[in-house]
Amino acid sequence: MIGLSHYLIVSALIFSIGLMGVLRRRNLLMLFFATEVMLNAVNIAFAAFSHYYNDLTGQMFAFFLIAIAASEVAVGLGILIVLYKKYGSLDLDDLASMKG
Amino acid sequence: MYEIVAFYLFSALTIGLFLITVMSKNVLYAMTSLASGMVLISGFFFILGADFLGVVQLIVYVGAVMALYSFAMMFFDATRDIKERNTNPALVFLLGGLSALVLVLMFAAPIHSEAIQALYPMHEGVGNAQDVGIVLFTKYLIPFEVAAVMLLVAMIAGIILAGKKMDQSLTEDTSADDEILTQKDAK
Repeated sequence: MIGLSHYLIVSALIFSIGLMGVLRRRNLLMLFFATEVMLNAVNIAFAAFSHYYNDLTGQMFAFFLIAIAASEVAVGLGILIVLYKKYGSLDLDDLASMKG
Repeated sequence: MYEIVAFYLFSALTIGLFLITVMSKNVLYAMTSLASGMVLISGFFFILGADFLGVVQLIVYVGAVMALYSFAMMFFDATRDIKERNTNPALVFLLGGLSALVLVLMFAAPIHSEAIQALYPMHEGVGNAQDVGIVLFTKYLIPFEVAAVMLLVAMIAGIILAGKKMDQSLTEDTSADDEILTQKDAK
């Protein structure tokens, strides 16, 4: 029988895949893909908690998470287009203009 | 029985597809595998009884977000492979593997579940969409309205950011035009 732990472990694995993508990617568009993977992993965990504790709060948070992800994509892609117009590339190493 | 088969099938497929998303050098492959992985994640939601959440996932993520990404890819040159300088891939895999291990150990730990009580319990004999609607429009009404305002702000920000100078092509070489412009400025 599939329990809560099964879903949580799958969610943790997917989250780690997304985290690995954030760490290794140098292209901004691919970085956005990796953040989407992480957000989806958290959604699975919320839905699993909601099901196994018979509580709707988890699903509510998942809805707000989806709304946040949608607005993140809208603003992020706008910034991406502005950056591409300015620098002609989406590579993070090319975009690093602040030397600290 | 069906639940077990579906769970293992969906989890294996999603993990594989998201690995392609993270590892692939081609933007097109990464985006396609991300979209199909999101479809399979909505399958998880349907198994878990969150029907409305699954439908929202399909419509918003696979419909809207992926369409937005594919529109954005038309501005950039998506056909060529991305060359990325990886400073230390071994370190990245070590950190990713360690965080995976820690997260799995955390989530596999036994949960003290007697202390957890349902705040908004699901009702028997009521559909999931109906239940979600009642809770969303009574207990979560203010966050819902704030989320609506946030989406409006994001829409305006997206239009303002992306809409400037839309008559110029992004991928074509415009340096020649720039030179002409700078010569005009010099005169």
